[in-house]
Amino acid sequence: MRTQSLFDRQTTVVLSLLAAAAILVPAMNGLALPGSALHLSDHLVPLLGKYVCFALLALSVDLIWGFCGILSLGHGAFFALGGYAMGMYLMRQIGARGVYSDPVLPDFMVFLNWKELPWFWYGFDWLPFAALMVLLVPGTLAFVFGWFAFRSRVTGVYFSIITQAMTFALMLAFFRNDMGLGGNNGLTDFKEILGFPVQAGSTRIALFVLSVLALAGGYLLCRWVVGSTFGKVLVAVRDAESRTRFLGYRVEHYKLAVFTLSAMLAGVAGALYVPQVGIINPSEFAPANSIEVVIWVAVGGRGTLAGAILGALLVNAGKTWFTAALPEFWLFALGGLFVFVTLFMPRGILGAANDLWERSSQKLRARRSPQPVTQAAE
Amino acid sequence: MRAAAAALTLPPYEVHFMIVLRNFLQAFVLLLGMASAALAGPYEEALLKFTNDSYADTDAAIAAVAVSGNPLAVDVVEALRDGRLLVGLEHVFVRRTSGDLINAATGQTWGNPTGELKSVRVNNRVRRAIEAALGSLTLLSPDAARRLEAARAVFRSRDEAALPALEKAIAQEGHVPVRNALETARAAILLSKQDALHTQKLAAVETLRDRGDQEALALLSNLPSHAPLEVMSAAGKAAEGIRARLAFWQAFQNVWYGISLGSVLLLAAIGLAITFGTMGVINMAHGEMVMLGAYTTFMVQEVIRSYFPGLFGASLLIALPLAFLVAGSVGVLIERAVIRFLYGRPLETLLATWGISLILQQGVRTIFGPTNREVGTPAWMSGALDIGAMSLTYNRIAIVLFAFSVFAILLLVLRYTSLGLYVRAVTQNRRMAGSMGIRTSRIDALAFGLGSGVAGIAGVALSQIDNVSPNLGQSYIIDSFMVVVFGGVGNLWGTLVGAMTLGIANKMLEPHAGAVLGKIALLIAIIVFIQRRPRGLFALKGRAVEA
Repeated sequence: MRTQSLFDRQTTVVLSLLAAAAILVPAMNGLALPGSALHLSDHLVPLLGKYVCFALLALSVDLIWGFCGILSLGHGAFFALGGYAMGMYLMRQIGARGVYSDPVLPDFMVFLNWKELPWFWYGFDWLPFAALMVLLVPGTLAFVFGWFAFRSRVTGVYFSIITQAMTFALMLAFFRNDMGLGGNNGLTDFKEILGFPVQAGSTRIALFVLSVLALAGGYLLCRWVVGSTFGKVLVAVRDAESRTRFLGYRVEHYKLAVFTLSAMLAGVAGALYVPQVGIINPSEFAPANSIEVVIWVAVGGRGTLAGAILGALLVNAGKTWFTAALPEFWLFALGGLFVFVTLFMPRGILGAANDLWERSSQKLRARRSPQPVTQAAE
Repeated sequence: MRAAAAALTLPPYEVHFMIVLRNFLQAFVLLLGMASAALAGPYEEALLKFTNDSYADTDAAIAAVAVSGNPLAVDVVEALRDGRLLVGLEHVFVRRTSGDLINAATGQTWGNPTGELKSVRVNNRVRRAIEAALGSLTLLSPDAARRLEAARAVFRSRDEAALPALEKAIAQEGHVPVRNALETARAAILLSKQDALHTQKLAAVETLRDRGDQEALALLSNLPSHAPLEVMSAAGKAAEGIRARLAFWQAFQNVWYGISLGSVLLLAAIGLAITFGTMGVINMAHGEMVMLGAYTTFMVQEVIRSYFPGLFGASLLIALPLAFLVAGSVGVLIERAVIRFLYGRPLETLLATWGISLILQQGVRTIFGPTNREVGTPAWMSGALDIGAMSLTYNRIAIVLFAFSVFAILLLVLRYTSLGLYVRAVTQNRRMAGSMGIRTSRIDALAFGLGSGVAGIAGVALSQIDNVSPNLGQSYIIDSFMVVVFGGVGNLWGTLVGAMTLGIANKMLEPHAGAVLGKIALLIAIIVFIQRRPRGLFALKGRAVEA
């Protein structure tokens, strides 16, 4: 019962912090005077927006790893696919303002001497369609991939390795110019989104708020999923897969459903990420990126949802600071973090804090309880 | 006379005028030359053309000098090539490399020339003529290597003027490879020569077909348009035959490339298979062990270069045990310090070893810098072995042999030593092995050290064919995983079959689909394969599997 109440308190805390961010960041950027201590400079807004997108990505990884025991080392692929879907919409919005002024073809296609738009670009000039693809493309890939993998009971490290192979294969594919998605330069030089200039301060604020809302929505969705009966089965699969199967649950269906949902969340994160950083290229598929996401979750606390958000924010803030101040040491710090967290903080920051809380409250109870017990004995 | 060269840009009537003027002047100069040289043979006549300061005349003079048979001809043409052919005072001089001046016509040393001497100018057309002439002139050189080179030069230039010299050279030639080259050159000339006999041309086609390489193929498939019909059809057939032969050898060459890639994969993956097999943990830092081995080789070579330069040929052999020790001890250290605390949690082990790999990469980058380090190849490993139309480089052969010997040694170690027995026992059933008195944690450390040490040895081999940089390990890690996953962890044969299958499949796909698409296709194939056999080709069977 106590854990349930903690979860509720956690939800309140997470939602109120996110709400505070959604109000404070625009206010500090727009209302506070430049130069005052409260002012948030313009370049920090997309940076914070980027962190929020990473937090959503981490959330999607925590949903499958923390609650179902599926360690995906290829979640960056779903993130990047969502990003590409959004990037294609943004490319079509450039219209004739590209370097080559072609009204239909993006610059790189003109450069490659292509004559017409490939079929898979159709429809991407319309945001609702692109938004649908942000969900469908990662979702379909995850569904097909997961259907094959879970049906034949590929588990544990084997599953991790083939997800890594998947994202590696996608990276190689997207590096090819023939893919029609910009080759190694990817998609960039975006001009506007829904008619608003991408670079403008107000658009960035709007994108930030939108990302925070998406994160809050994603958090609530995950909370709801893991709190439901479905979520209880997921945890059972995580802790004793064979036993759950013998109890009559179709384990592969549960895994497939949660894997697909998680991939869609990652796709949304990628879609919100692209307009804020202004570029999407194949290096987002790099296997190392996907592994990094896992460490965010591990740092914050696997299987806590809020921990994933916390971990993503902390590690990325650390990365920003390190790469500016001590670029040589960032990989030492990141590598050390991997080792330290797995060895000494297996449940992450939130897990450790939770343990501390439990222990202190137990002590409290222990101090208070002897008298009633002795009374009862008497 | 320079006007003749410039004439190309002038209107037609002016060109005509220029030509008349040129011919007139030529005749005049020739007359003058005859008057000055008492015994004017074709050689001497040709020499005088050099004095005209006209590219066209220089060109003609080179051809004439080349066929004159005069013993000074080679000197003259070489001097022309090097800008040492001088003209002045109606004479032509060769300045020897020693600085002496000789009369090109007589070969006598010329004292102090009065008046100004100018060197004969050359342009690209003249340079081509020089090369062709030197080709035919050196066909009779006493040095076989020089004759071979000359034959190749003639083959490339297809200079008809060289034909008589070629015939003469073929008649005298005793050295078989040179003779073959000479005959190919003659065939090439005959085929492009307009007035050669049909029978000659057909014989030429025959010769080229026997030669059967890419150059002959190019020649046969691009016959000049004036070639007679039957020659054309014969050439077409010959080209077809050569193509078939080349395709046949190409298949072998691809298999060889595949075996070579497979050996590299085998080297990189075999240590991984040992650690994965015994402990069920994925060592993401395995690639960095390979990198450490490569950097050990680099260090060994640096030391040898500075202190014992004579030992360079043995540098790789010295590096092998050192690389094994360095990588192996780092492996034992990692196992003792990190991995042993994570038993039963394979996913966490994966993350922790990934962290270690980042630290090792950055460590090497900080110490040695981010750029590629130069690792030399000992002399005995450079060069290539030619079999038919295949070329096998010695360093690849060495790596293939090396990979198979490492495989055999490991197989023997696992089969016949007590360590191998314990490792196999722990692989099959850890708890049972423990209850039989095997100290499983010690075996884990040793197996991890063994696997890492083998990775270090692989690094020594890979330093010969890949860039030695901090990212070296990263480029092999995914491929090694694929090998292990494909082959299964039941025994080392799985790794061998996995590595060879992937290597050969990769190289067979490459010519058809391109390197990148081939690789993608292979990755997809493995992902699909693992659906069918989730634990690889050679999976462990029995109750231990579900542990």
